[in-house]
Parts: sequence; structure tokens; C-alpha cells
Amino acid sequence: MSAQDLAADNKAPAATGPGKFARWLNKDGWKRLVTGAPYLWLLVFFLAPFFIVAVISVSAAAYSIPPFTMPASWAALTENVATNFGYLIDDALYYTGYLNSLKIAANSTVLCLLIGYPMAYGIARSSGATRNILLLLIILPFWTSFLLRIYAWMGLLGNNGTINNVLVWLGIINEPIPMMNTEFAVYVGIVYSYLPFMILPLYANLERLDTTLNEAAMDLGSRPFRTFVDITLPLSLPGIIAGSMLVFIPATGEYVIPALLGRADSPMIGRVLFDEFFLNRDWPVASAVAVVLLFLLVVPIMIFNHYNAKAEGVE
Amino acid sequence: MAENSDTKTDPVFIRIENVTKKFGSFTAVDNVSLDIGRGELFALLGGSGCGKTTLLRMLAGFEAPTSGRIMIDGQDMTGVAPFDRPVNMMFQSYALFPHMSVEKNVGYGLKHENMTDAQRKDRVRELLDMVQLTQFAARKPHQLSGGQRQRVALARALAKSPKVLLLDEPLGALDKKLREQTQFELMNIQDRLGITFIVVTHDQEEAMTLADRIAIMDRGVIRQVGTPTDIYEFPNSRFTADFIGSINLFDGTVAAIKAGKARITAPAAGCALEADTRYGLSTGDKVSVAVRPEKITISRGKPRSTAVNAVQGEVLDLGYFGKDSLYRVKLASGALVRVSKVNDQRLSEADRQVDWEDKVWLSWDARSAIVLPEERP
Amino acid sequence: MQKRSVFILSVLCFGFAFLYVPILIMMAYSFNASRLATVWGGFSTEWYGKLLQNDQVIDAALLSLRIAVVSATFATILGTLAGLTLARLGRFKGRTLFSGMISAPLIMPDVITGLSLLMLFVSLETLIGWPSGRGANTVTLAHITFSMAYVAIIVQSRLTSMDQSVEEAAMDLGSTPLRVLWDITLPIIAPAMISGWLLAFTLSLDDLVIASFTSGPGGTTLPMLIFSKVKLGVTPDINALATIIVCIVTLGVVLAGILMMRSERQRQLDEQRAQAEAAAPQPGIA
Repeated sequence: MSAQDLAADNKAPAATGPGKFARWLNKDGWKRLVTGAPYLWLLVFFLAPFFIVAVISVSAAAYSIPPFTMPASWAALTENVATNFGYLIDDALYYTGYLNSLKIAANSTVLCLLIGYPMAYGIARSSGATRNILLLLIILPFWTSFLLRIYAWMGLLGNNGTINNVLVWLGIINEPIPMMNTEFAVYVGIVYSYLPFMILPLYANLERLDTTLNEAAMDLGSRPFRTFVDITLPLSLPGIIAGSMLVFIPATGEYVIPALLGRADSPMIGRVLFDEFFLNRDWPVASAVAVVLLFLLVVPIMIFNHYNAKAEGVE
Repeated sequence: MAENSDTKTDPVFIRIENVTKKFGSFTAVDNVSLDIGRGELFALLGGSGCGKTTLLRMLAGFEAPTSGRIMIDGQDMTGVAPFDRPVNMMFQSYALFPHMSVEKNVGYGLKHENMTDAQRKDRVRELLDMVQLTQFAARKPHQLSGGQRQRVALARALAKSPKVLLLDEPLGALDKKLREQTQFELMNIQDRLGITFIVVTHDQEEAMTLADRIAIMDRGVIRQVGTPTDIYEFPNSRFTADFIGSINLFDGTVAAIKAGKARITAPAAGCALEADTRYGLSTGDKVSVAVRPEKITISRGKPRSTAVNAVQGEVLDLGYFGKDSLYRVKLASGALVRVSKVNDQRLSEADRQVDWEDKVWLSWDARSAIVLPEERP
Repeated sequence: MQKRSVFILSVLCFGFAFLYVPILIMMAYSFNASRLATVWGGFSTEWYGKLLQNDQVIDAALLSLRIAVVSATFATILGTLAGLTLARLGRFKGRTLFSGMISAPLIMPDVITGLSLLMLFVSLETLIGWPSGRGANTVTLAHITFSMAYVAIIVQSRLTSMDQSVEEAAMDLGSTPLRVLWDITLPIIAPAMISGWLLAFTLSLDDLVIASFTSGPGGTTLPMLIFSKVKLGVTPDINALATIIVCIVTLGVVLAGILMMRSERQRQLDEQRAQAEAAAPQPGIA
């Protein structure tokens, strides 16, 4: 479909002359401009690139600029598919990368939820000025550099870092515990960076919940914990799902955190893709890695979009 | 606060003793004491912010009194959590659980009761029968009309057979026709189950028709407690007189007292006034004479006696409401008097006995007026 | 106000400590006189001075700022139009795809977005000769694309919470749709557009991965420069740079927050006053 057939009907003004454009604008033309401009932009710069990546993922690597050649025949195409995607199956680097990423992203999501839910709940139930300040403190990290916040952990987690120094100074440990370039460090980095993404949708959801429902449940004999399980938890499910997707999806493809804090020998898939592209210069394989990653994330992305659209419909 | 001589013979079931509730520096409920009998349908009536909802929430246990205590059936409720009280509430917004079916909503309170599944099912069926919602058992709240939701809320609150049912503006969200019908349903159910109902409302008509007794609240204080008739016919202050229905008030001083009747001079009225008094008044006291609009006779002709309670004026406005008409009559002093007259005959506009700008006589019986002491600040 | 449970309070305390302590420690070390980043050698501001003399850092920062301003501006224009479409233009053919393309960039992993945009630029160059080469321009295009989605979401939520009858009233009083857009809708969503611009601006300043893919020679942005240094380890001059950036951002966000809270409080006060005036006793009959 194109931007032209977006507006509902097509009744061009009959008159000609100086006011023609203005009249077109005032009729339905403004709608087409409003919708058409961002639509066209997204089609070209967001949707089209995926197709190009898909095409390159079935091309052959070559020593040329750009460094690939499109398949000329059906046979060449199947051969390219076998080569490029074959790597992903044969080479442990790739499939452990995917599994690693999914595992780390899933665990981090659960950790974010365990820390974020009580925080969001506490903020939603606090009053007036306190709530605004707490909310500001959650939003603030959004605005500060992601890269620098990960960098801050490098200073904390190193063998010579603040945490080890303090622990040694306190006499709790004699030798520094190696924490940098471990899976633990990656978890810390991901939970730290993505916690606000979990808290904000949860907060928005919990804050909207009618507290009289909790009162009604208590009135009918439910103790506070029971009330939470029966009423608050099921009603906050949309917030839990939105927050979890906001953490899980980007965390799966995370590059910066594993690159700075993680182990080099079992990288996450984002780092594999990055290295494949920048170090090996193998564009077709990098594209194949991206295609498979996108494929893995399609279901979570659809869930996220579905809940987004639902929230939009309710409003 | 006036201690009303109580006609109720029921034993005291709920006792509210010197209850005060403060939110910061704001006093929502100010030293309220109140006794409510077993099986009574009691209404707390007042405008927004008068403290009636706070009092109700203290009965339910959602708020703790700053001082004073509440006893229900001889048991001190201080420190008893909402989920341990023999009290259930029907919320103004109904507070139906949106993710549960009608059946689950109604049965929710029974989960905490020591019952078998079959017993629970039977009880839910019985309740849904009572509110005529059996065929809607599987629906979610958002698939119900406002009236149906109200009935689900009622059934849910009654499920545990509470000793007291609290109703926060139970009819507030319904339209006028439905409200009338639901009112009678509520009264029937209360009558049948014999549960004590406490209704909070801002709607005086609702309170008058529903309740056995009404407490009128204003700024955290109870102004008057009594039966609907008591409150309407024998208000104890200008506030209640003005709050319930509409009333004409003439400020004046007591000139003489004789045989339960007081004679008052009121410059605004322009004539001598005579009225019943229930209060110990003496000559020279500042008072107000209150007369309800429907107790005044309006006529073009001179009434039989013009010695007391008869004034002349000019019709300023006339409102026709079908069953009755309302007149606003301007007296010589400039004061406006409201008079209503039942349209007990079928007359066309041409036959109208009293019309705009007519000079009219207003008169009323001494027993229809009441003397109110001057408002204490 | 119900008393909050000890559990919730302790999680809140832990959570906020977790979010803020690392940054505070890093800021403290930026005043460390020692070259060894993790050994305290006394107070010093020497790293700040060194930083200001580093042309490489200044150039990268200026480039990043330029890209951020341009991309935020275009993203705000396109994002506002997209938000208007989603909130006001109802159903149209392709709406599902459109709203999908708006919400997907919010969660799309950066490596995928970056790689696919690079592939697009390369293909376009071979096909139509534009954009010739890669650098600041291609980074700007990429940043517009992913940050317009954020603007669209902000504008859309502002519009859905706004009473549409205001626009209908203007139309009823004789305004053409375009006039209504200009006179009524845009002023009302202006705060949302401003916060959208600010968010787009910071997202652009912050981005490393997409810029790494889509940039070319001579297009080293500040995050790219920082990343190349940071990979080698913790250094005091990066601590100083981070401290400056964090302080500027915090100041901006806190100021904006205070302004918003104040105007909100003023509105509440005004409303209370108006209500008190309305509730003042009226002269009754007597």
C-alpha cells in the first residue's frame, strides 16, 4: 500500500485556480499530509531496511564494495542460504550466543520484575510530593547516558574496583573476587540499565488501579496478602507484560553491556553480530544473524504491540 | 447537638461514642455520638465534605477514629481490621472486580468462609436469584448495565450475611426512574433479611423514602437525628429547616408566649406572627419563624382572619410543575416568600386564579409554622 | 494514607541505592588526583582541565550536539504528525502496519536497527548514488527514524487524554480543520512536543550502536569516542566527562520537573480558590 490511498475518500476539488491547493488542504489533503509524511518515512527508513537485510542474508560474501553479491540464480540462492545460515547451526559461537542471550535476557527480566514491582507499587501508593520526587528519580537515569552508567560499573566491579577494595578493607575477603567480565557483571549491568523500563509501565498501571477494589476485597474478608494476589496482581498483568517485553526484547540484542562487562569467550548474540560485521566484515552472515534474531523476537514484539494497541483502545 | 427523644424500641446495636476523625489539621468528623438499633434502616444525610463518608469508612474499618470508639453488637471495633469485621459495604462506585465474572464477584467473600464448594455454589445461586441476575452469572461487570452492576454489588455485600450493611450512595449512579424502583427493592430486601442498613446519601428525597431514621450531618457534626417526619416537620435549627425541602424564614423577636404558642414580631413579614414552639423561649429572644411553602395558602381574596399569619404581596414569579405550582411573592418589606400550591383542579391557563403581578394574600395556620432559636455559630 | 510495609520500603531503598550509588562513586573519582582510577590520591580538578584541552573530545561533542539538534527537530515534526494520525484520524487502510512501525522501534535491539539502516544506506548509494558516503548525515537520518517513534507515543498519549470536544467546538465556531490544528491542537500538545524533542535529543546524544553502524570516516560521535576509550578500562578523564554530562542532564531534568510541579500546584490552587468562591454563602430569603 502507498501513502496515497491512506485517506478515506478521494474527492478532488473540481475548481481550479489560486485556491486549489488551499481547498485541497482543507478538504482531506491535510489528513494525507499528516499521515503520509511519517508513514512514508517509516516505510523507507524502518520497514525497507529489513527487507534489504533479508536479501543480503541470502547473498554471497565477496571482496568488493559493497562486500556481497546478490544471488543470480535459484541455485545460487539456496547455496547462499545453506552457507550463511549453515554457519549459525554449525558454529557453536552462534547458537550458544542465541541461547546465552535468551537465557540472560529472560533471567534479567525476572530480576527486574522482582525488584521493579515492589518499587512501582511503593511509588504508586505514596502520596503527592513524595510520589513526584520518587518518579523523577526513576526517570532521571533515562536521560543520563546509558554508556556512562555502564562505565560506572566498570569502576565498581573490577579486581581493583570500589566493591573489592571496600570488602578487602572491611576484612570480609582477603583476595578480590573477580567480578568484571563475568556473567554476574552482565546481569548487574542489564538489571541496572533496564530497571526503569520495568518500573515505569508497572507504575502507570498500578497507579491507575482503583484502590476501592482492594478495600472491597478486604471488606469481604481478604487479608492484605490475599487481596494482593486476588486483585492487584491480576489487574496489573498488562503492566507486567509491557514492562517485561520492554526489558526482554532489547536485552536479548544488547551489545554494549556484554562488550564492556561480559566474558569474551561466551558472548551474547548482539556482540557476535557486531563483531561479525566490524571485525570479520562478513555482511551476509551478519545479516543472517540479524534475521534469525528478529525471527526469535517476533513473538515477543507482537505481544508488546498487541498490549500497546489494547492500552490505546482502552483510553 | 439535640438529643431527640427516640421512638425506637430496638436495643442499641451500633454505638458510636464521641468519635472524632482528623486528617492533619482538618477535622472530618467532630465528636459524633450516635446509637443505631438492630434492623434499622438508618441514613446519614449531608452535603459533600460533611463527614458522612468518613463516618461510614470508620464503621467499615478503612479509617481509624482519632478518638472515641465504635461498638457493634456489644463488641468494641477499635483495632479490628476491615476483613475481621461483621460489616460489609456496598461501594459508591460498586467496586466490582473487573476481572471476575458476576458469579465470582458474588462468591468472593465466601472463599474466606468455612464452606464446602457445593454450599458456596448454592449460596451464590440464592443471592443471584434474590437480585434477579441468575442468567447473567457468567458475565463480566463491563457487560452489565448500571442497574445490574448495582445489584451485583448488593448481592456481593450481602453474601456473608453481615450484621451491618453499609451503603455509600447506593442509588447515586442510577437514573431517576431506575432509582425509584431500586429504592423499594432495597427496602424490601432489608425488611426481609432484617439486617441493619446504614446508608450514606446526599439526596434528601432518597433518605426520606428509604430510612427509618435520618441523621443530618454538616461540617463533621450531626445536626439532627430523627424520623423523616420529625426532620421535615420539626426541624431543630435553621440549618436543617433549610437543608431539607425549601422553607421561608422570618427573623424576629418573641413578643409573648401563651399556651405553647409564641407571638413574634418580624419586620420582614409586616404582620404579627404566631407559631408553635418546642423550645424553652422567653420574651425578647431572637428567633426565626419557619413556614414551608406548601403550608401557605395563596388567594386574591382576603382571608377570614388577618390578625396573625396573614400578609399581602405581589406575585413576582410563577412556576408550573404539573402537579403543583410554585409562586414567588414579594412582600411590602421587599422579602420574597415561596408558596407552593397543589393543582388539585384541572384548569387552563386562562382560568388561572393567581397570575403574574397579582396582588395576593398569604396566610397560614399557627400550627404549620415553627419557631427556631437563633443559630449558634 | 496507609502505612507502607517494611518490605516495600526496603526494596525502594535498595532499588534507589542500586540506581544512584554507582554514578555517585564515579563522580567522586572524577576529582581523584591519582592517575590510577580506583586509588584515591587526594582531591583534584586536573582532569577537568585536561578534558577541556582535548580537541578530539570537543570535536566529537560538537558533532554529537549538531546531530542531536537536527535529528530531534525532524523527529519532533514527523513524530507529532504520526501521533496526530494515531490519536485523531481514526481507522484507515494500513493503520495496523503504521502503529506497528511506531511501537517497534521502541524495543527493537539497536544492533538490528543499526545493521539494517546501514544496509539501506549502502544499497541506496549503489542504486541512486545517495547518500554518497556515510558520516554525520546518515547518523542523523538513523536517529530521526528511531526517535520519532518516542515523540509519536508522547504526543499520542497527550492527545488521547485531551478532550476532543475542544476541537469540535472550534470547528463549530467556523474554523477549518487546518485552522483548528494550528489554533487549538498544536498549542495544547506543545508541552508534549517539547518533552518529545528533549527525549529525542538525549536519545541521539546517547546512542552508540546505531551510530557505530551508520557512521563513516570523520563521523565520530561522542559516545563512539567514549566507547573506544572505555573499552581499554577506567580512566579519570572519562570520569570527569561523565560527571559533566550527568550534572548537565540532572540539572535540566530537575529544573523541568520543578517547573512542571509548580505549574501543577498553581493550577490546583486556582481550582480550589474558584471552588471556594463558588461555595461562598449566597444571600437567601428572609
